[in-house]
Amino acid sequence: MTVLQIREALRAAIDEEMARDDRVFVMGEEVGHYDGAYKVTEGLLAKYGEQRVVDTPIAEAGFAGVGIGAAMAGLRPIVEFMTFNFSAVAFDQILNNAAKLRQLSNGQFTLPIVFRGPNAAAHMLSSTHSQAFESFYCGFPGVKVISVATPYDAKGLLKSAIRDDNPVLFFESEVMYSVKGEVPDEEYLIPIGKADIKRPGEGITVITWGQGVPVALAAAELAARDGLDCEVIDLRTLRPLDDEAVLASVRKTNRAVLVYHGWPYGGTGAEVSDRIQRLAFDHLDAPIERVCYDDVNMPYAENLEQLVIPSPERALEVIRKVAYYRI
Amino acid sequence: MSPPNDPTPAAPVAGHDLERLRHFYNQMLRIRRFEEAAARAYTQGKISGFLHLYIGQEAIAVATADLMRPGDRVVTTYRDHGFAVALGCDTGACMAELYGKKTGLVGGNGGSMHFFAKEQGLWGGYAIVGGHVPVATGHAFASKYLGDGAVTLCFLGEGAMHIGATHEGMHLAGLWRLPVVFVIENNQYAMGTPLRRQTAVDDLTVRAPAYRMTSDRWVVRDVFETRARLARAIEQAREESQPSLIELLTYRFRGHSMSDPGKYRSKDEVDQWKERDPLHRAQVQLRDEHGVSEEELDALDERIGEEMDAAVEFAESSPLPDPEHRFRGHYVEDDLAAGGEG
Ligand SMILES: Cc1ncc(C[n+]2csc(CCOP(=O)(O)OP(=O)(O)O)c2C)c(N)n1
Repeated sequence: MTVLQIREALRAAIDEEMARDDRVFVMGEEVGHYDGAYKVTEGLLAKYGEQRVVDTPIAEAGFAGVGIGAAMAGLRPIVEFMTFNFSAVAFDQILNNAAKLRQLSNGQFTLPIVFRGPNAAAHMLSSTHSQAFESFYCGFPGVKVISVATPYDAKGLLKSAIRDDNPVLFFESEVMYSVKGEVPDEEYLIPIGKADIKRPGEGITVITWGQGVPVALAAAELAARDGLDCEVIDLRTLRPLDDEAVLASVRKTNRAVLVYHGWPYGGTGAEVSDRIQRLAFDHLDAPIERVCYDDVNMPYAENLEQLVIPSPERALEVIRKVAYYRI
Repeated sequence: MSPPNDPTPAAPVAGHDLERLRHFYNQMLRIRRFEEAAARAYTQGKISGFLHLYIGQEAIAVATADLMRPGDRVVTTYRDHGFAVALGCDTGACMAELYGKKTGLVGGNGGSMHFFAKEQGLWGGYAIVGGHVPVATGHAFASKYLGDGAVTLCFLGEGAMHIGATHEGMHLAGLWRLPVVFVIENNQYAMGTPLRRQTAVDDLTVRAPAYRMTSDRWVVRDVFETRARLARAIEQAREESQPSLIELLTYRFRGHSMSDPGKYRSKDEVDQWKERDPLHRAQVQLRDEHGVSEEELDALDERIGEEMDAAVEFAESSPLPDPEHRFRGHYVEDDLAAGGEG
């Protein structure tokens, strides 16, 4: 085992996959000469050269589309968005090309491409730079969606994403790049589509992903002081969803809370609650609750931002409510 | 706290009239000292988020502000403090915005990257590269539609020249002959990427004919020259509804933002550009051509220093936005419900 930061684990995954398959290349803004805006790709230009670590101008629709075209023609691009906020200008390429072309062409093309980058609120970047995009990308078929919260998951899932023959959206977190954790020295892959129990428990199921994971774990820690035993499930893959992992837990605990970075209207949080109420209705002892952003544009002011972003304390309140706990 | 916007007519000024020079120097220095105060507060951990400084490019905002008539608009990027100060926004309100305070220019909603001051003609600091270009075209569309005689000035970095929204916005402005001036502030780098790795051409104005725009291109060394040449483009937009594309060769003396150490540039290169610093040039002109004394220059700097201290003091002592503020402002109805104080 080696202790790595998430950014190092991601880098190791890219490095290993580039070494393994010379069709794998990295493309995006500042990925090469600058060593990555958040240093995920540090050192890769020096190691693999400009053909395989491609700095682009600020042209997200352009380079996302170039990645898609290159993937159709046999390459395996890893496209970095400096942050997923900027993927908004490339949305058409992902929605109408990446997600559609295989089925449109009746299977003539495969699109082994990964779009990756940091997602959701960091700190005081205001509304245009604080958005959680996974729900947009989970909203249509033809792509897989992954969101990671530990170095172990980051490396194992990114390697799987790069080897996957479908377009994959891969969500990271700017504020979590320095989070450390153990990563095996030998090669490993984590299958796409499998959730992970980050904390086993019997009382309440807390479902989370990405930047929500540390919040959920901290809330579970607080809840334990009240004698509330939370099981924290990290979805890791948001599309396809691991229904079985979620349902098995809810059948056991009879209560579910979702904790995540993102807006409340629709999206992955709503989808998961819908599946639980449909597929485990008879097991529920309380309404499913969600702890996420307020339904507002992210304000810049720190005090307001802290109120909008889910905190362990806010999650604790909701966990108590779902457990019918009275102080 | 700040002097009011000077509504000078849009005719080029010949020679370096002392009063004008003094005014330009004062404004450029105010921007620089504002940015330095912001950088200090950032380094002290008092403000956070992204902070993109305008140091080195001040002459552009100052020349522009001097040419604007009531109703004209500036639309710019996240590197927007310079325009706010030049256009007469209160430096206390600007600083309070960086601090995320209730008294900030936009009430703590936007921060450094999103200054808006409609009254002063600042129609926004935008942070998605290129996203503001079609919006600026839209302002000009409205001006032509309404016949209001206003000109929209759209500022963008050279890095924004390569994204789709910019092309589409400029294309429509040319197609429909709208009263807009697109000004590329080519400070040589988009974050760490030098121009030669951004585009296949050296001269960005080569695109102008494709949009049926006129163009101009110069090194920003002198605030008077910059003012005079911008004036021509503005006049063309106002009188003939002829849009233009201007490339200003300039330099940011600091990193892209506070988190960028700027290691991709040599000290030599930075020093060479600093020699062309229009602020410094204006100071030399004041001293050498007009005999303004060191004491007078120091006194001016001191006055500006006091203004910036007061701005910081104002920001620090201002209250935070109240918690309910986060729910306001999204819809017109929100503000009505909040009794207009959204
Ligand atoms: C669509 C989009 N992509 C990426 C970014 C991140 N970003 C912000 S500023 C910047 C560099 C812009 O350089 P330039 O346009 O030359 O302006 P300057 O910062 O030099 O004033 C980048 C890549 C963004 N804000 N929007």
